[in-house]
Amino acid sequence: MPDSTVVGLHHEEEHNPALLHHFAEPQQQRDSASLGMWVFLATEVMFFGGLFCAYLVYRRWYFGDFAAASKSIDATLGATNTAVLICSSLTVVLAVWAAQTARRTLLITMLAITMLLGLAFLGIKGIEYKDKFEEHHVPGASFSFDNVPIPGHPGQFANPRHAQMFFSLYFVMTGLHALHMIIGLGIFLWLLIMAWKGRFTPEWHTPVEIGGLYWHFVDIVWIYLFPLLYLIDRHP
Amino acid sequence: MSEHSKSSPLKMYFGIWAALLVCTYVTYKAAFIELGRFNAAVALGIATLKATLVALFFMHVWHASEKLTKLVVIAALFFLMLLLGLTMSDYATRLWS
Repeated sequence: MPDSTVVGLHHEEEHNPALLHHFAEPQQQRDSASLGMWVFLATEVMFFGGLFCAYLVYRRWYFGDFAAASKSIDATLGATNTAVLICSSLTVVLAVWAAQTARRTLLITMLAITMLLGLAFLGIKGIEYKDKFEEHHVPGASFSFDNVPIPGHPGQFANPRHAQMFFSLYFVMTGLHALHMIIGLGIFLWLLIMAWKGRFTPEWHTPVEIGGLYWHFVDIVWIYLFPLLYLIDRHP
Repeated sequence: MSEHSKSSPLKMYFGIWAALLVCTYVTYKAAFIELGRFNAAVALGIATLKATLVALFFMHVWHASEKLTKLVVIAALFFLMLLLGLTMSDYATRLWS
């Protein structure tokens, strides 16, 4: 075939259907996909970063009030949720490994367990939110935080307006995190359906890897939210 | 993601998982001990250790075949530090307000 060198169609003979024509090789295609996800995650770092920054400024200003408000949240529920998310991160890496090594049943199982752990996280979060509603700790007209002592300062009480600032940050930060979890559950449901149909192979399982990156990122955000919101000043 | 058919990474995954759970337990317990100003340092230090473990080993930054991935991670951290550092260097030194 003397013509093929002239035309230069290099991907004619053994075209890998999983390899898009503008990539030289599968590795390059995988790297590009995960790099794109990392760029998105960098924007997410800045997105949550603004909230963390606001939190730091107010925590410095109203430290005692923030400590008193933080103490009213159930730290055991927060710690449990941290453990739940860490376990879900393990099932995610196991799912990625299962996709790499063509273990379809394990992949489906791990994706399903990840979703169950995600739902458990949201359920525990729901219990926490319900407590806050019943205690009138939700910012707004019925907010009340009267006569709550400031930890380490006997006889001093938290300023309800400053405590309201803490709970505003608490609900926005955990709420946005929960929204990310809900989006993650949607992504994982789609991954589960695709895995069920047997669409992922060791050559092509980019969605599992990229969905996994997203899930781990949401886990990392929680790893910081937990000590910052739940454990400000706990000791008696 | 770079070592597809080489040695099985399962042992490493379970090891990281166990380390993360231990760290969570330590943070939780340490928060109830009086350490003065070090309470916040311990909490944030352990959180950073956990986040680093997740990023390096679960998100495969350590074994990333593409150096650009590492660049993006470092750039994200750099701009986050710029945001937090410059803001706090202002607010933390406002003695007059």
